[in-house]
Amino acid sequence: MTRPWHGDDGPDEALVRPYAMTHGRTRSSSDFDLITLVVAARPPRPEETWEPEHLLILELARHPISVAELAARANLPAGVVRVLLDDLRSRGALMVRATTHQQQSTPSLTILKAVADGLRAL
Amino acid sequence: MAYAHSDGSVAAGPAAQAMPMAVKILIAGGFGVGKTTMVGSVSEVEPLRTEELITAESIGVDDLSGVENKNTTTVALDFGRITLSENLILYLFGTPGQDRFWFVWDELALGALGAVVLVDTRRLEDSFPSIDYFEKRGMPFIVAVNCFDGARIYDPKDIRIALDLDDDVVVMLCDARDRESTKQVLITFVEDLIRRLHHNPPPAWSSHSPI
Repeated sequence: MTRPWHGDDGPDEALVRPYAMTHGRTRSSSDFDLITLVVAARPPRPEETWEPEHLLILELARHPISVAELAARANLPAGVVRVLLDDLRSRGALMVRATTHQQQSTPSLTILKAVADGLRAL
Repeated sequence: MAYAHSDGSVAAGPAAQAMPMAVKILIAGGFGVGKTTMVGSVSEVEPLRTEELITAESIGVDDLSGVENKNTTTVALDFGRITLSENLILYLFGTPGQDRFWFVWDELALGALGAVVLVDTRRLEDSFPSIDYFEKRGMPFIVAVNCFDGARIYDPKDIRIALDLDDDVVVMLCDARDRESTKQVLITFVEDLIRRLHHNPPPAWSSHSPI
């Protein structure tokens, strides 16, 4: 990477900076879908060193929240959020709910009926 | 421990069992057809926007014409949320307007129940790429014709012919600005899915894959 990490107002600044938070990592090891739900498993510990964005995510994830919502509310690209979530999970600070398609190849009739009932009741 | 398994599969423990399940439906269609309007009409939050960062390798350098001197660009995704019950959340994702970002569609489509293709009768051809995409992947979809003010109202039968749709594809009229109308579109889509599951198990969308 030959570009400056912190240009003045360079056109790429907004694109480069997010991945500074991830120390240049652009791939998460895992399987975070945009609708994968996550929730903080515990508060950050004083002895842990987290980036501010990790702490922001933990704060936003006090209640179950999707990867897409986290990205929108933290104003970070979804790819960056995935990497940060990996960090949090690997240190036991985050729980992940696998999405339905990771558990089964097709949605079950039970789920579809629950969706239809839920929509009718809105 | 109540944490997630290290392999990232289903979380364990009481807190994990309280985690809701999430499903998604895509709202597709041409640029300016009212996708975000439809999402917003029924979402419990203002439509949110998230960005996927795209690298040149993802799409081939040639496809970045128009954004020269960049090897990354972003694709904005608008989405909304509907909490259907304490353990079930429905997300609606508008598909990106630019057809060149097909690989973003692939990611969006993964695990989706299917799609609503929103159509403007004044620009029917704008919906062709969306319809092609879902047909080729065997993903279930319905067609919802957004009845804009001033647009001539067509018979859904004529629209089916104009779009060259299979007989079993549902075509309905809607007003994407109207919450009740959007609700009805979504209910119709899910009921159609249930019907397909009854008639044709296992459903075709288990096999969808990139072309």
